[in-house]
Amino acid sequence: MGTVSEAGVPPAHELLDEVAPLELAPAPARELPARVVAARVSLPVRLKDLWRSRELFLFLVRKELKVKYKGSILGFLWSMLNPAVVLVVYYVVFTYFLKANVPDYALFLFSGLLVWNLFNNALMGSSTSIVAAAGIVKKVAFPREILAMSQVGAAVVFFGFQLVVMAVFLAGFQVAPAWSWLPLVPFALVDLVVLTAAIAIFLSAVNVYLRDIEHLIAVLLQAWFWGVPIIYSFNKVYTPSHRWLGYLYLADPITPIVLAFQRAFYGKVSYVTYADPVHHLGRVVSYQLANYPYHFYLVMLAWVLGIGVVLLLGALVVFGRIEGNFAEEL
Amino acid sequence: MALAIDIQRVSKRFRLYHEKYTSLKERVLHAGHIPYEDFWALRDVEAQIEAGKTVGILGRNGSGKSTLLKCIAGILQPTSGQVVVRGQLAAMLELGAGFQPELSGRDNIYLNGSLLGLSRREIDRRFDAIVEFAELDQFIDNQVKYYSSGMYVRLGFAVAVNVEPDVLLVDEVLAVGDERFQQKCLERVRAFQREGRTIVVVAHSPDLLRQVCDEIMVLDRGELVTMSSPGEAIQAFRGILIDAGAVGPEGEPGVAGSAPGLGHRQVRILGTRVEHPGQAERSYVVSGEPLALHVDFEVAEAVAAASFSITVLSARNEVVYSSATGALGQPIALAPGAGSLSFVFDSLPLLDGSFTVSLDVRDERGAVLDVAENAAKFEVMNPGRATGIVALPLRVELVAPGDARPSLASRTLP
Repeated sequence: MGTVSEAGVPPAHELLDEVAPLELAPAPARELPARVVAARVSLPVRLKDLWRSRELFLFLVRKELKVKYKGSILGFLWSMLNPAVVLVVYYVVFTYFLKANVPDYALFLFSGLLVWNLFNNALMGSSTSIVAAAGIVKKVAFPREILAMSQVGAAVVFFGFQLVVMAVFLAGFQVAPAWSWLPLVPFALVDLVVLTAAIAIFLSAVNVYLRDIEHLIAVLLQAWFWGVPIIYSFNKVYTPSHRWLGYLYLADPITPIVLAFQRAFYGKVSYVTYADPVHHLGRVVSYQLANYPYHFYLVMLAWVLGIGVVLLLGALVVFGRIEGNFAEEL
Repeated sequence: MALAIDIQRVSKRFRLYHEKYTSLKERVLHAGHIPYEDFWALRDVEAQIEAGKTVGILGRNGSGKSTLLKCIAGILQPTSGQVVVRGQLAAMLELGAGFQPELSGRDNIYLNGSLLGLSRREIDRRFDAIVEFAELDQFIDNQVKYYSSGMYVRLGFAVAVNVEPDVLLVDEVLAVGDERFQQKCLERVRAFQREGRTIVVVAHSPDLLRQVCDEIMVLDRGELVTMSSPGEAIQAFRGILIDAGAVGPEGEPGVAGSAPGLGHRQVRILGTRVEHPGQAERSYVVSGEPLALHVDFEVAEAVAAASFSITVLSARNEVVYSSATGALGQPIALAPGAGSLSFVFDSLPLLDGSFTVSLDVRDERGAVLDVAENAAKFEVMNPGRATGIVALPLRVELVAPGDARPSLASRTLP
C-alpha cells in the first residue's frame, strides 16, 4: 500500500505561490515633488527643504539633550552645575571683593547670564557640529544646517530650564519682576535665537575648512562676554562724558537683548538705600538701569531682529556655497 | 513614461591638495601657494532614468560611480550640471550611518528614520515591523553601544528597508555580509521592483547587477561609456577591464593600473556554436539529452596555461552553472593560430526555459584575455511535469500511516 502517484505531489508552482504571493502595490499616482541637486540651489528652495526637515530637527535636539544629560535627572542637575558655579563666583567676587554695590546683584547677573549662556552654548556646540557628524554627512543627504540649528535648539531648551531656576530665584528672594516689561522677553528671545542661529550656521560651515575656528571662537567669546554689560551695568559705560562708548555698546546686537532681559527680570531702574550697611554713607541712590522708555527697547530689539534676519539669510547663502564639498572635506 | 531621475550634464571636480591645510593658521602661513591638482570624477554625464526602472551603475574603482550616486542622493553637489530627482528619495549607502551609541535602539530608529526622510507618523507605523525585522524586541530600549556588531547591522538594515521611497539608491556595501543577509537584500529589491519603485544600484561586480537591473550604466574615468541592456553593458565593462588589463583572479576588478595594459588581445573568441541531438528538426534540447558548445578562437600570441570558463545563466540571469578549465585542472597551452574548444555536457539536467552562455578566457595569472557575453543561447524542453530550473533526480518514499513497520514504496519521478 501507499504508492504515491505523481498527482499526489502538488505542482511546484502552486507551492511557490503560497510562499511568495505576488504583491502588486498600486503605483504612486500622486504628483511627485521634484528635487534639484546642483552647485547652486536658490535660497527659497533651501528654506523649503529646511522646513520639510523640521521633524529631523526635533529628533536631533532630543538626541543632543539625551546625550548631554544621559537621560537622567542627575545628569541634568550636573549640567546646571557649570552656570551655577559661574554665577556664585561672580557674585562673591563682585559683591565682597570688588564692592560692586549693586542691590540683589545675583539677580542682576543671572538676568544677563541667561542670554549669554544660550549664545555661548549654542556657538560652542554648533562650531563643531558638522565635523562631529562627519559619519552622517558623508552618507546621508539632508539639509546640513539642521546640525548647527539643533545645537541652537538644545541651547534654547537649556535656557528654558534656567528660566525655571530664575523663577525660583525670584520667588526665593521675594522679588517681583517688572511685570509690565515682561513682554520684552519673548521678543528679545526671538532676536537672540535668530542672531545665534545665523552665527552658528556660519561657524559650523567655516569650521569644516578651518578646523581651528572652534578654539578661536572660545577665545573670542571670552572677550565678547566682558564687552557686554552682564557683570557690570550699562550705566557704568554710558555716561554723559562717554556717550560714544554707549553707542558702541549698543552696536553690539547682544547688548539690547541683555538690557531687555535685565529690564524685565531685574527691573530696578533706581534703588534707594537709606542706611548703607557697608559704607555707612547714609542715604544712597543707586541707578542700576538706565531709565529708557518702552519704545526705546522696542526699536532696539526691532533693529537687532533686522540685523539677525539679514545675517541668517547671509549665513544660509554662505553655507549653501560651501556645503557642496563637505562630504569630501570631512 | 515619466522620468524619475534626470542627470543633466553632470560634472564633478575634486581638488586634490598635495598637502592638506585644514586650519586657519596653516592657511595663513601658506596663503597663496597651496599646490593642488584638479581631478574630474565625473565629466558631462547625461542620463535619464525612467520611473519604475532598476538601473545599475558599473565601473572600476575610481570610475566615478559612487560619486555619481552621491550626486543623485544630494550628498555631493555637482560642480556643473544638475540632477533632478522626482519623488521621495532614500539612499542606502551605509547601514546604520548616524546611529548614536549613547541612544537606545528605539531612539535611533526614530533618528535614523528621520534622517532617511520619514516623518514621525510614518516611523510610528513601521516601528513594530522594524523591531521585528531586526529581531531586537528585548534590546530595543538598550543603548546601541552595547549592541553586538550583528545587532547593529540588523537594526540598520531593518530601518533602511522599511523606508519606502519612490527612488531608492543602493551602494554595493549592502552586498557585503553573509549569504542570508544578501538574500534578504535582494528580496527587498525585488519587492521594490514589483511595487514600481525606481532603484539605482552601484556595484563593481557585474553579477549582482545582471540579476536585478533593467539597464546598466557603465562609467569609466568619469565618463558614461554606455547605458544599455545588462548583457551589452557588461560586455562593454569587460572590454574596459581587458583594455586596462586589470582583472584579478576572481573576476573582480583590481585597482586601475595594477597590471600592465594590453594594447591588443592575445586571444580572441570568434564565435560559439551549440550542438545537440535532433538539431535539424527542433530548436530545443530535451532534458537529459547531451549538449555541446563549440568555441572558435584565434591566438595572436602564445599563452602557456590558458583557462576557458563557461557560465550558464537562466532567463532570470541566475547563474545555473559556472566553471573553468583551469579549475578542472586542465590548463591549456595555446600556440598562435586558429583553434576550437568544445564544452560537452553528456546529459543536460535542466528543466524548461531558455538559457544563455557566457565565456571568457584567462591567462595563468587570471587576467582576462577575452570575454563573450551571451555567446550562445539554447532552449530546454522538459517532457515531465516538474518545474524549476534543475532536473534533480528524485525518489519518493512514503511511510503509510497505520503501518507498524515502514513499508517502502518508491517511484522515481521524471
